[in-house]
Amino acid sequence: MDLFEYQGKQYFARYDIPVSPGDVAYTVDEAVAAAEMAGYPVVVKAQVQVGGRGKAGGIKLADTPDEVRLHAGNILGMDIKGHLVKRVWVEHASDISKEYYASYSLDRAAKKHLLMLSAEGGVEIEAVAVSNPDAIVLLHIDPVDGISLAVARDAAVRANIDEEAVDGVADMLVKLYDCFTRGDCDLAEINPLILRPDGGVHALDAKVSLDNNAAFRHPEWDEFRATEELDEREQLARTHDLQYIGLDGTVGIIANGAGLAMSTLDVVNQVGGTAANFLDIGGGANADMMAAALGVINSDENVKSILINIFGGITRGEEVAKGIVEALGRVDLRAPIVIRLDGTNAEEGREILANAGIPESKLTSKPTMLEAARAAVALANGN
Amino acid sequence: MAIFVNADTKVIVQGLTGGQGKYHGLRNQAYGTQVVGGVTPGKGGTDVEGIPVFNTVAEAVAATGADASFIAVPPKAASAAILEAAAAGIRFIVCITEGIPAQDEAKVYNTLLRDYPNTRLLGPNCPGIISPGKCNIGITAGEIAQLPTAKGPNVGIVSRSGTLTYQALYELKQRGIGVSTCVGIGGDPVPGTNFIDCLREFQADPETHAIIMIGEIGGSAEEEAAEFIKANVTKPMSAYIAGVTAPEGKKMGHAGAITSGGKGTAQGKMDALRAAGVKVGLNPTEAGDLMAEIVATL
Repeated sequence: MDLFEYQGKQYFARYDIPVSPGDVAYTVDEAVAAAEMAGYPVVVKAQVQVGGRGKAGGIKLADTPDEVRLHAGNILGMDIKGHLVKRVWVEHASDISKEYYASYSLDRAAKKHLLMLSAEGGVEIEAVAVSNPDAIVLLHIDPVDGISLAVARDAAVRANIDEEAVDGVADMLVKLYDCFTRGDCDLAEINPLILRPDGGVHALDAKVSLDNNAAFRHPEWDEFRATEELDEREQLARTHDLQYIGLDGTVGIIANGAGLAMSTLDVVNQVGGTAANFLDIGGGANADMMAAALGVINSDENVKSILINIFGGITRGEEVAKGIVEALGRVDLRAPIVIRLDGTNAEEGREILANAGIPESKLTSKPTMLEAARAAVALANGN
Repeated sequence: MAIFVNADTKVIVQGLTGGQGKYHGLRNQAYGTQVVGGVTPGKGGTDVEGIPVFNTVAEAVAATGADASFIAVPPKAASAAILEAAAAGIRFIVCITEGIPAQDEAKVYNTLLRDYPNTRLLGPNCPGIISPGKCNIGITAGEIAQLPTAKGPNVGIVSRSGTLTYQALYELKQRGIGVSTCVGIGGDPVPGTNFIDCLREFQADPETHAIIMIGEIGGSAEEEAAEFIKANVTKPMSAYIAGVTAPEGKKMGHAGAITSGGKGTAQGKMDALRAAGVKVGLNPTEAGDLMAEIVATL
């Protein structure tokens, strides 16, 4: 789950990482109130999960309540690269001497944590990596050991952080690591991490991505979840614990297992079709989940045919078949189903479908993944 | 021969008294696997259909001589279960648990590396391992695995995805091709056992004559495997990579299946494998067809 900047800053604050004083605002009046609290001058920042906010006019400096009113009025409701601005973050404007970069992530190849630190912050780190790779210090951290203040200090020195900022940056790196690990982040990034003329350092931006698998030990994430911008179908899928990603095509896809679902998308594409979605009903899916999955697919107006690809392991064929029969009784599906059913109890499943009295115009069964994909694509393309 | 497990492997099930552990533990036993015990704290002294249950892994190992463990416990308890098994001297751990936090996984992996270098972890979030006719640990339906033949040729399978592991087994069964061992390494970001670990074992295993590898988008494990294959694997291989049409920046179900910044794409992985001499199919059936062509020449 990706956080908005203001949520990232609030999350940082939980781990004692210094951020600018400020507040989130949904209206112009709230923005003015937030500015009073933060103290002028302030920065009004659009809260969207996309880069290039500044260039799009989504970040403005304001010295007076009138200016806050003007900028917040313009920014709220703005469209930045297809993202609608619903809220702004208003914070005290900081004096900046230097801009640095710091982040932690997991290096999957090394199976260790990775610190990236650079004295060249405030720009895209990917650009620095291309133009001046030596300006970025990469340090692997063993998750068992963590990072000590001494190691953090050494990294800061090696990254050519200005001498007066080294201690502050080192302290920040230890706190950010704490946030990254105890806070269960996939990514914790500060860009820019600034040095002020008074010698202090703090986080001027926050990019945080949380590991959904750790949600069970973070009740405080509920408020972040509430602002997650999912489309209607994704929301519906989530309430049924289905892994769903909306796409633009015409063949609705249901498969068990992420790999098989991905593979089904690939095969549909290879035989000349386009997938309307990725949907993994997971291992052990039962009749209820299959009915729910069909409900989600059915709410997509682009769907012209539905391809169900099941290879039973934990998932049992007769449960899948029962779910389809139940769903057909409950909702009027907008498109015909093509199913390929194999694995555990597939025979029983096929028998249930054959004896349910479903007309062939609504459901056909194919013996292999490839044949099922061809049939579904032919239906979707009107052949 | 087979890799990692064989007919002598003695397995305990951590979580045998739970729904998943019981269902799959008993299925593994019915397949012929030596399931010698179960572990559930507080339920020591009871049994599950005649299989004795112990309070700790150490007690189970002392009483049964188990050398492998099948972990089927919820995500909250999985890390501790893995480390308990390693501390008790278990040499091969299969963890099917899905949804373990990435931070826990990274810590467990590095703890095993440092403190228990002789313990191998398969998974988490994997379907397990099957050496047809000898041993089945995990959730694979044993009947879809073709038995290997004494004179071969037999194929080894290694896969990141659960259902595609079954699909690969099925493709070989349809063609009557024997399987030496099938390993599902799982789709999480920090798998305990990776492609290279399995490829090294398959290369050394005299009963394995060819190898199928099933990868997916995200990370660089397939690219690293390709480097290893180029330098070390002489047995013929076919492969399939899932996720050619996956949109950038979205986690495709598996926590590890995500492309970003043009990295981890299916195309890059397929190119790397082809450059290493692997025959790459565009879908699982094609990978099966390519393997049938390979086997016909052996």
